[in-house]
Amino acid sequence: MVTQMEAPLEIARPDSQPATSRPDVEEKMICREVNVFYGDFHAIRNATLDIHAREVLALMGPSGCGKSTFLRCLNRMNDAVENARVTGTILLDGEDIYAPGIDPVHVRTRVGMVAQAPNPFPKSVYDNIAFGPRLHGFVKGRAELDDLVERSLRRAGLWDEVKDKLDERGTDLSGGQQQRLCIARAIANDPEVLLMDEPVSSLDPNAAAVIENLITELSEEYSIVLITHSMEQTRRVTDRTAFFYLGEIAEAGPTAEVFENPQDERTVDFIRGAFG
Amino acid sequence: MTDRSAGATHRYRTAGFDAGLRRRRRRETVLKGLGILSIAIAIGMLVTLFGSIFWQARTAFVQTQIGLEIDIAAEEFEGGADATASAIKGASFRGMVRDALYDRLGGRPDSRAARRDMGAIVSADAPFQLMQDVLDNPDLIGQTRMFWLPASDDVHNLVQGVIDPDTPAADLPVGERVMGWLEELEAQNAIRSAFAWDLFLRSDSRDPEVAGIFAGVVGSALMLTVTLLVSLPLGVAAAVYLEEFAPRNWFTKVIDANIRNLAAVPSIVFGLLALAVFIRVFGMPRSSPLVGGLALSLLTLPTMIIAARAAIAAVPPSLRTAAMELGASKMQTVTKVVLPNALPGILTGTIISMAEALGETAPLLMIGMIAFVADPPSGFLDPAAPLPVQIYTWSTSPERAFAAKTAAAIIVLLLFLFLMNALAIYLRDRLQKKW
Repeated sequence: MVTQMEAPLEIARPDSQPATSRPDVEEKMICREVNVFYGDFHAIRNATLDIHAREVLALMGPSGCGKSTFLRCLNRMNDAVENARVTGTILLDGEDIYAPGIDPVHVRTRVGMVAQAPNPFPKSVYDNIAFGPRLHGFVKGRAELDDLVERSLRRAGLWDEVKDKLDERGTDLSGGQQQRLCIARAIANDPEVLLMDEPVSSLDPNAAAVIENLITELSEEYSIVLITHSMEQTRRVTDRTAFFYLGEIAEAGPTAEVFENPQDERTVDFIRGAFG
Repeated sequence: MTDRSAGATHRYRTAGFDAGLRRRRRRETVLKGLGILSIAIAIGMLVTLFGSIFWQARTAFVQTQIGLEIDIAAEEFEGGADATASAIKGASFRGMVRDALYDRLGGRPDSRAARRDMGAIVSADAPFQLMQDVLDNPDLIGQTRMFWLPASDDVHNLVQGVIDPDTPAADLPVGERVMGWLEELEAQNAIRSAFAWDLFLRSDSRDPEVAGIFAGVVGSALMLTVTLLVSLPLGVAAAVYLEEFAPRNWFTKVIDANIRNLAAVPSIVFGLLALAVFIRVFGMPRSSPLVGGLALSLLTLPTMIIAARAAIAAVPPSLRTAAMELGASKMQTVTKVVLPNALPGILTGTIISMAEALGETAPLLMIGMIAFVADPPSGFLDPAAPLPVQIYTWSTSPERAFAAKTAAAIIVLLLFLFLMNALAIYLRDRLQKKW
């Protein structure tokens, strides 16, 4: 499934330092020459991108440019897509997540994901949060689970709103609450990287602001990869930005730099179009 | 700025336009009328059907009983008042019933034919009922007491008006003297109509006046248990595999098409299959609920699989994705997210296919479930005649009173079907998910 590109074997050794690492940043995930095919369609072309520890990375670009596809490579959710084929190297803490011995379940536990549209289970708020920990047997006993549920809801900024209705169905909450419920559900697994696909696109500005603050807070502990269409949001919450264009990464760098002084013509057009 | 030509409004005011409008309205009325007519015809048929069944069945829900002062003399029993069960069974209850009848109707008739006619006023089963009473309560020995015993089917039909007593004597099922005795019994208030508990509590009998559906109900219940135990797990497992795991290739397409075709195969074919496989090859006992249930499983499996697949496919993909993103394996996704959310649909499909199986007759005839079964089956291997087969057997019986019994059994069957469908609708509405 994965075509090993040049020199992945040395990189795959956990103790070896990745070639690109700089002393001041800690690389959480390293993607080299990632290509994705859906049947004959070449969806991602030679994407090379690093995700630093405790940063917020924005993926931007026009619709259909491959942002979501790239995001799904990072937690192996493309495995579930029929006809999808991923080549290249994606390392998580120096370990190839597409290596034959790696269980996708393991990868998805470490790399959590929040979908674009809130998709809580039609169960109670409590059971939604407890779903992951119960699956993996992370907690022993009811008290510990209660504690974890409360902690996750607090971190997602939802505890005060739902603490009296933990038994109500997650699907009965408002849209913004559902989205935060999904975030709480994802962080209950205690992942190392959190992938978010347009987490605020279906929310009103107030709910969006709550989630943006949450992203900033969470970035103190997690690496967050965020797909967004809002320039404002990208400026407000992200550290670095990668521009996708027709399956290629046109440009990647610190957000302020990329926005003020874009190097690639396609990025220039996109930013001008988005502001104009 | 306007593109409208000056005469545009004029077009809506012509006679031709009005005529067209009227024509459209007329067609609408005709279409509506046809719809109402067809619904009226359907309702009319339904009312006729139910009306005739209920009218037919009315006399099956009552039992005509003859009241007799029966002397259960101790000397009739070996061992007298302390007779053992086997001694009680050896006593001539038929004689006691006859003597009581003779007493009521002015003495023992001289001719043998008259004695036979008089004895035929009560059911042939009456002595056995009397014996059962004495077995249950041996203190009756040595007492003379009033017993209400079932009348024979001919008497029942005459008393309940199924047969008009004014029909010419030649067409009556009983002779002139019996009519006279009946009047005499009537005058002595020795004929009454009671609710026919026997219909529900007793099993099949050669005598329609005491025949009941109990064995049929038990047989159907045992059979449906087998069907449920076989087809629910198999159906759900097949549906889960086909929906969640099977690769989409020509092979699964062939399987899919075949399942849909199987759902349309005439049920008697499944009966033949069951006969050939379960009885001939595996040597399972004929007429047993086990074989019947397995045959019905063959019949319900396709329906069940289709219903379960539809329910599983209706679970939003976003929930599967959510579970996988949280690190659930495929199996955990299915057991923890897909199946719980598909459960209402699966349950509804199950109940509806069980209802379908309950009313099925043809395959059961093929596997010999048409035997006369006088005792309710006590296990899955005992001979049984389920309710629809009971209806079929009764409908082909020559005794006239079985016609009413048939209709009554149909009502009971319809009632079960109605209850099952109501339960399915209730579950569907109650457990319906909001995504």
